[in-house]
Amino acid sequence: MTLPPFQALIDDHAETIHRFLSAIVGPVEADDCFQETFLAALRAYPGVRAGSNLRAWLFAVARSKAIDSHRRASRAPVPLGAAPDDRVVGDGGAGETDDALWSAVAALPEKQRAAVVLRFACDLSHRDIGRMLDCSDEAARRSVHEGVKRLREVWT
Amino acid sequence: MNESIERILRSGPDGGGVGESVSRFAAAAEAAGLVDVAYVRAGTPFGDVLMAGTSKGLVRIGFLHTSSEEELLREIAVSVSPRVLHAPGRLDEARRQLDEYFEGRRRTFELATDRRLIRGFAREVLAHTARIPYGSFLTYGEVAAEAGKPRAHRAAGTALARNPIPIVIPCHRVLRSGGVIGNYGGGPEMKARLLALEGARVASA
Repeated sequence: MTLPPFQALIDDHAETIHRFLSAIVGPVEADDCFQETFLAALRAYPGVRAGSNLRAWLFAVARSKAIDSHRRASRAPVPLGAAPDDRVVGDGGAGETDDALWSAVAALPEKQRAAVVLRFACDLSHRDIGRMLDCSDEAARRSVHEGVKRLREVWT
Repeated sequence: MNESIERILRSGPDGGGVGESVSRFAAAAEAAGLVDVAYVRAGTPFGDVLMAGTSKGLVRIGFLHTSSEEELLREIAVSVSPRVLHAPGRLDEARRQLDEYFEGRRRTFELATDRRLIRGFAREVLAHTARIPYGSFLTYGEVAAEAGKPRAHRAAGTALARNPIPIVIPCHRVLRSGGVIGNYGGGPEMKARLLALEGARVASA
């Protein structure tokens, strides 16, 4: 078992990671997080154990970069995004409705947000999500379920 | 409601394409000194080649009409470093010189090479091969002799067959005795055409 060329990770996963980050931190911050994710991954790559789940590893790096980005944003003087209790209302246009849902996603607790995005936008199994969020398949399934439930409550 | 939530979630958020982020990453990785091997595909009259370079110089040229890109990159990841990235900038000069060679406008390459993939007796053999002038040729036996082992023509043949940087280290200028073309990584036909391009007078082709 040997490590594949790093380019193969980009060819296979860059698109999904970009999607994940766009959903988690928003399209504006996504590129910065993407750069940080892949630079950190490339730096650490020769030390990665061959045969390990490289996709799960990349997502874990991306998730931690997204958390860093949220921390930075929350220290910014101007509050960003809606408070979790706000109901998000679009005016009915399809694009706006979608945007409203993504704002609601952004307002979910971090673990639920990651679980929901990984499940739907990135099409990962509960098992992979559990591995990434460091919890059981069942706990991953629960986080997805609770996230969707919460979205249903706030999204009209 | 649940279904439409899932549908929107599955379609993903609006965002810039990933393409731009990927090219920006290649440049950032190169600037951070994290690209152990940069590679690019280049066109030649014989089909595409893959060119790979380290910080020291050109480390590998592979013929994509006889090997797959995936195979070549895996081999590089194992033998040099897994930090292999498609980052064309580093190979601009090598690509330019290769173009000139195939257009018949260049007789010698002025490129740094990284010969870490060449070991033992092969180092001697390929070092002497690199000095064979444009348009001329030697036999396997003659190269073996120049490398200090006149009887080792078989070992010389193996070293030449494994040349990691063909064309730039011109292993196509080494023939079997009697001017027989012999084998080549890009196929015997390519070898004959390279010699013809250089105007070498090969007795039998």
